[in-house]
Amino acid sequence: MHLHEAVLSGSPQGIGVLCLGGVGALAGTALGLRAMDHEQVPRVALVSAVFFVVSLIHIPVGVTSIHLTLSGLVGLLLGWTAFPALLIALLLQAVLVGHGGLLALGINTLAMALPAVAVYYIFQRMSHSGNRSLNFLAGFGAGSAAILGSAFLISAALWVSGESFELVAKAVFSFHLAVAVIEGLVVGSAIVFLRQVCPERLFLATPQGLQDRS
Amino acid sequence: MANVIENAATYDASFVPASVWRLDGVDPRTRLIAAVSFSVLVTAVDSLPTLVAALAVVVVGAGWTGALGQQRWKRLIPVNLLVLMLLGLLPLSGGATPVLSVGPIVVAREGLVQALWIGLKANAIVLGVLVLLARLEMASIGYALGRLGVPEKLTHLLLFTVRYLEVLQREYTRLWSAMKMRGFRPRVDGHTYRSFGYLVGMLLVRSVDRADRIVAAMKCRGFCGRFHPLDHAALTVRDAWFSALVLVVLAGLAALEWA
Repeated sequence: MHLHEAVLSGSPQGIGVLCLGGVGALAGTALGLRAMDHEQVPRVALVSAVFFVVSLIHIPVGVTSIHLTLSGLVGLLLGWTAFPALLIALLLQAVLVGHGGLLALGINTLAMALPAVAVYYIFQRMSHSGNRSLNFLAGFGAGSAAILGSAFLISAALWVSGESFELVAKAVFSFHLAVAVIEGLVVGSAIVFLRQVCPERLFLATPQGLQDRS
Repeated sequence: MANVIENAATYDASFVPASVWRLDGVDPRTRLIAAVSFSVLVTAVDSLPTLVAALAVVVVGAGWTGALGQQRWKRLIPVNLLVLMLLGLLPLSGGATPVLSVGPIVVAREGLVQALWIGLKANAIVLGVLVLLARLEMASIGYALGRLGVPEKLTHLLLFTVRYLEVLQREYTRLWSAMKMRGFRPRVDGHTYRSFGYLVGMLLVRSVDRADRIVAAMKCRGFCGRFHPLDHAALTVRDAWFSALVLVVLAGLAALEWA
């Protein structure tokens, strides 16, 4: 779910939300760029590209289908660098696919990257444990919490922008409750797989203590 | 999907005479600034005549530049799906003048008007950006952003991401065919979601080696943290004409709105 500037621009509060999103995304991106050194750029780009390619894959849910988001996985792998990675992926989505607008890029990045960074701090240690079930739980938690966080921020942005969006905001949030479960299952399996196949190389952002152990 | 990614890295501009694509000679920087200015102006618009005029301008522009060709019209789909959702939900959100009421459900006029308004605005913005940026390679956008002062690391990230899109898409197609060959059929069960998780994981694992090899190859060639774009950065007369045209259109719309 991406916001578009045309949706938010109807009220002063909506314009405020757009500006706030821009400032927040700018700050997060600056922090993320500081955490990333030059040699890591290709690997971060790889994660961005996976995020973009995967968003074009539709997977079945009952009678309908959803597309994967994987912002939780991006967060677990990249930490604060998730901000620039998601900013670039969302820019590509806006220009190449038509998801969201250029002016809503800030609020969309903020809504997706902030929960991704949060799940990094919450689930990072668990995803590095040697226990498979804990790895899966970390991935499941990260995948679903990131989606729920993003859905909450998007719904809140809509709600703040105008009372008439109340129903839309509620609909967006409830739809993402279902998406969160599936996203959790997929990210959980992906983390289990990555921990088994290539334990440390892909996890670019690693807390200091864990880096020594690997 | 293949189509989207092909568009990300088309290098076919040299095979088409520049006169066919009338914006091809215009610097990406000028086009980017025009696209953002147009979005800002239309976002701020509050009256119907201005919005209709803006929409008319971009429709004419689309016809003139052929911006909707080569399946690019598909980029209008996501935003219109969003508008359809709003058309379904906003009229049910309450309002003073009901148009229709069936039991507890009341369809209000205000909601309908608001959804249609958002729809017009969104289409004007998306189509305008499409006209101004169509046929621009993502790589040129990356260099343009760099020249406009975006930090180097961020533009590198954009350039590398664009570079990987095609590679990853090929890798994905290969893995997906292998899964289908083994009889995988997506259903609604744990096995399906686990398989998708492993697919994503495998996509990352296979590509990380490639990413590392690219870094090694770049270092061998003396890469020291800078890309040197091959195109010239100079703005030309075309840019001046194009900027003048865009300014006249934007000023006209602004005059219609606020004068």
